[in-house]
Amino acid sequence: MIRVDSVTVKYDNENEAVSNISFSIMEKEAVGLIGANGAGKSTIMKAMLGLVPFAGSIHVENIEVVRDNIRKIRRKLGYVLQNSDNQMFMPTVIEDMMFGPLNYGHSHEEAEKIADQALIQMGIENLKYRHNHKLSGGEKRMAAIACVLAMRPRILLMDEPTSALDPYNRKIVIDRINEIDRTKIISSHDLDMIMDTCSRVILLSEGKIVADGNAQEILTDKALLEKNHLELPLRITRG
Amino acid sequence: MPDFDSAINELRLLDDISGKDSFIHRIHPVAKLITTIIYILITMSFDKYSLSGLMAMFLYPIFVFSSSGLSMKNGLYKLRYVLPLICLVGIFNPFFDKESLFNIGMISVSGGTMSMLTMVAKGVLCLLSSYAFVATTAMDSCCAGLRRLGVPNLIVALFLMTYRYVFVLIDELSNMLIAYRLRAPEHKGIHISAWGSFLGQLLIRSMDRAEELYNSMELRGFEGDFRYAGCRRLERSDILYMLILIATFVMARYINIARVIGGLFV
Repeated sequence: MIRVDSVTVKYDNENEAVSNISFSIMEKEAVGLIGANGAGKSTIMKAMLGLVPFAGSIHVENIEVVRDNIRKIRRKLGYVLQNSDNQMFMPTVIEDMMFGPLNYGHSHEEAEKIADQALIQMGIENLKYRHNHKLSGGEKRMAAIACVLAMRPRILLMDEPTSALDPYNRKIVIDRINEIDRTKIISSHDLDMIMDTCSRVILLSEGKIVADGNAQEILTDKALLEKNHLELPLRITRG
Repeated sequence: MPDFDSAINELRLLDDISGKDSFIHRIHPVAKLITTIIYILITMSFDKYSLSGLMAMFLYPIFVFSSSGLSMKNGLYKLRYVLPLICLVGIFNPFFDKESLFNIGMISVSGGTMSMLTMVAKGVLCLLSSYAFVATTAMDSCCAGLRRLGVPNLIVALFLMTYRYVFVLIDELSNMLIAYRLRAPEHKGIHISAWGSFLGQLLIRSMDRAEELYNSMELRGFEGDFRYAGCRRLERSDILYMLILIATFVMARYINIARVIGGLFV
């Protein structure tokens, strides 16, 4: 479904944010991208979306990520940004949710129907007419995910979906993520959440893949995690 | 810096008020925009001494404010920055136009005084009607209205993006001010030595955020042309609203209603 071949991303001429990495992701797979700060997790996601220039090749459902295909690619991928404030730019939740469907040529009525379905899917129908700047952190995160779901993407990319959430909202977000039956790529430091939501994990360090495999195996490998500036998930540490 | 905080709140409040639901809020933005423009043109066309004729024009802002649940007190309060400017323009009229028009008891009212009062009244009316339009029409609806009136997409998109960018800038500025205040509690404002780095940081941070926002828009299919969520067709009720009000304005322009009412009692 997604094929990343020898991808290198440089933000300036010297430092490589991502260095010659390759991996494939199958349909309906839930993959966790983990790694310390600056490991290249967000960069590789942005490369998939065509937001940063890269060397190598990325294919999404056999379509190569190049300038000419960027519209097709972005219709397939839904990206939940790390900071929901940067994602929600319209005055109200419903306007934000309808923004994508309207851009893709749906009528006003269709767009509202699609938005309603996404709100129901995330269990936030009550937020429909609320002003974005009046939402709490958890509500904003749920609304941001709903906005992306309203685009009906085939693949969902999420950057730190549980960051800055309290335990209650974090649990709700995890439950909702698990209910989404699509290909998911989740980047996070929250290894407990990754354990709950992903069957496979790709561990990045300094722009390179250090480990790629079963989530349970990688997330319980204390030596591997500590070597890459991570720690065992709390549930394992606490037994 | 409480002034800055209150300015931020006022801007946010205006955005909130415009998203409320009332009879006036539900009128199509194009109908409201045309009505407001015609109201302003008719108000400005009154003779410079026609203060009594202008009185009837106060009915429109009163009608809009009361129907939409807006506070007239807040509306007038928002004029506090502009009103002195209007007064300043007309303040010299009494010195140049000293011809007496009529007497109120022992006091002679000169043409200059009348023209100054008329000018202030016109200013207040135009500003109140503009405020009423902005406060009852969400920015997206305003932009949808402008597009329907044939304003080029580039201009409308720029206008909307600038409006959104103001909030991004405000958010960043607000966060930076909090951080500054917490570490410089004894400073009344921002110390001059910090101005350069403060502004530089503000610009860089705002640009980063604006770029993220734009990415988010692009990822959701934005290609330069806004499809406005609040955009609907002009309905019969909108046209009726517009026509009735415009007819009333024209009537008020040619019939001095205050004088007619006054004539009933004198």
